[in-house]
Amino acid sequence: DIGDVGHKYHLELVLEDVLDKDSTVNCTAEVLYHLGNKNIAPDVHFTIEGELKNTDEADNIFYNRIKSLEKELVAENIPDSHGNVSPEMEPIRLLAWVASGYVIWQNSTENTKFQLAQIKHVKQVKRSDEYLEFDYMILLHEMVSQEIIPWQMTVLWHPQHGVQVTQDSRQPKHA
Amino acid sequence: DQVLHIVPETFQQVQHLQHLCSTLLLDLWKPLLSEDIWAGEDLHIRVPAPLVQEVKDSLDQHMISYKVLIPDVQEHVDQSMPRERSSHRQVPEGYVYTQYHPMEEIYQWMTQIQKNNSELVTQHYLGKTIENRTMYYLQISQPSDKTKKIIWMDCGIHAREWISPAFCQWFVKEILQNYKSDPKISRFLQNLDLYVLPVLNIDGYIYSWEKDRLWRKNRSPHMNGTCYGTDLNRNFNSSWGSIGVSYNCSSEIFCGFGPESEPETRAVAQFIERKKSDILCYLTIHSYGQYILTPYGSTTKPPSNSEELMHVAEKAAAALMGKYGTSYEVGSTSLILYSNSGSSRDWAHMIGIPFSYTFELRDKGTHGFVLPPDQIQPTCEETM
Repeated sequence: DIGDVGHKYHLELVLEDVLDKDSTVNCTAEVLYHLGNKNIAPDVHFTIEGELKNTDEADNIFYNRIKSLEKELVAENIPDSHGNVSPEMEPIRLLAWVASGYVIWQNSTENTKFQLAQIKHVKQVKRSDEYLEFDYMILLHEMVSQEIIPWQMTVLWHPQHGVQVTQDSRQPKHA
Repeated sequence: DQVLHIVPETFQQVQHLQHLCSTLLLDLWKPLLSEDIWAGEDLHIRVPAPLVQEVKDSLDQHMISYKVLIPDVQEHVDQSMPRERSSHRQVPEGYVYTQYHPMEEIYQWMTQIQKNNSELVTQHYLGKTIENRTMYYLQISQPSDKTKKIIWMDCGIHAREWISPAFCQWFVKEILQNYKSDPKISRFLQNLDLYVLPVLNIDGYIYSWEKDRLWRKNRSPHMNGTCYGTDLNRNFNSSWGSIGVSYNCSSEIFCGFGPESEPETRAVAQFIERKKSDILCYLTIHSYGQYILTPYGSTTKPPSNSEELMHVAEKAAAALMGKYGTSYEVGSTSLILYSNSGSSRDWAHMIGIPFSYTFELRDKGTHGFVLPPDQIQPTCEETM
């Protein structure tokens, strides 16, 4: 408890590679939730002990596949109602997951617990530079209120430059 | 029959392979069409047993190298089929428990289950939903002259939690398939009756199949049909409306206009109230989160038999983990999850049912409500 400032949490956690459950790495982090103003994202500082796996090969395969598409990629409902994701859409889902992590961080308080529930819609946006751009409409599930919140996010990605969320906005729940 | 894996190196080889496929009518697994065979690309062909030698000789003659991907297709098929040979007369033949089923099919399944296992299973009317659909529960009861205590389990109180009804169906199947051969299950049934409600929130479940996969509540119309649904797990008469709810219909945790305002809630509550002196254990199955939750959600004050409740739950979590290493957290809702009131589990305990638990099945958020079907089996097996 940091008087007048907020609540600070010290965490020791283990990161597990989603694609390789045996690959884990230890991590320590400090999270500071600010008092009062709910519009400020919590401060996060972390250290990773060791190295994350190199993903260059898979990144480049995905990058080249998208670059060589004749028409911009468009897709809906990932996963589908039954939980299935086609192999071609797996990287699109993983990208949304990472990007949603940013959105979740920016909108989290001590009383929220967000998860990405589903990608409603994704559309690739043509770019003249070397970046890939995707316009996503995702659904976030908030555990405490149990609400499903639609959220728009524009995601930039490049194998060497990583992920960026350049724009995001909460959407109204349609009746 | 064998499946061969070939990577043609030249255009000539491609041509020969195409010729072989068309003259011998071989079964192309990859690619699907002969004209899509390319040099440098994987080719998988299934060769019928009588032709295997001839095909291999021809490949050797043309210096086309190959690998045997599947040496015996029939054996491969047999191995990947579920081992239900011995008791398939007891459960509906062909019912796939590793897939999600729409309500129509679940109704049919219940009828079949009773028909095929009439010495043990009876289907009973519980009540009607707001959209006038019939709620049925299955009673699994071994004939005996002594009155037995009851374990009640309901699934699907929240529409989007599809793994929950899938688990109820799996559970019934497992009991019926193994009660004669498994000593634990047969001892169980000598002393206890099982009452299973496979889908509590039928209207909501159907709605999640047809209109909105992530729907949670029931489908009762409010405000002249401008707003739908009460959260049935906030609608029971356990500190109703006090905490962890919304009084606004548009919220996912809208508790309704009064305790037991919903017909689905009343149907369950009235039945359990009537039988409560015989009910030993109340189980309600949800997803997701991997928790075994004990009372209460509405207060952090522990229930009277808190130690015993925790002890049993901890043993359950350990047994569950023993199967696939899946870890479940155990504790009271108000302490490890969030506050809520009007839950069915709290209500069951408050009216005197000693063991009352909420199970939140897989996973921890990676897939959340939309758990892929390949996780149905492991989830159900470990929970069993």
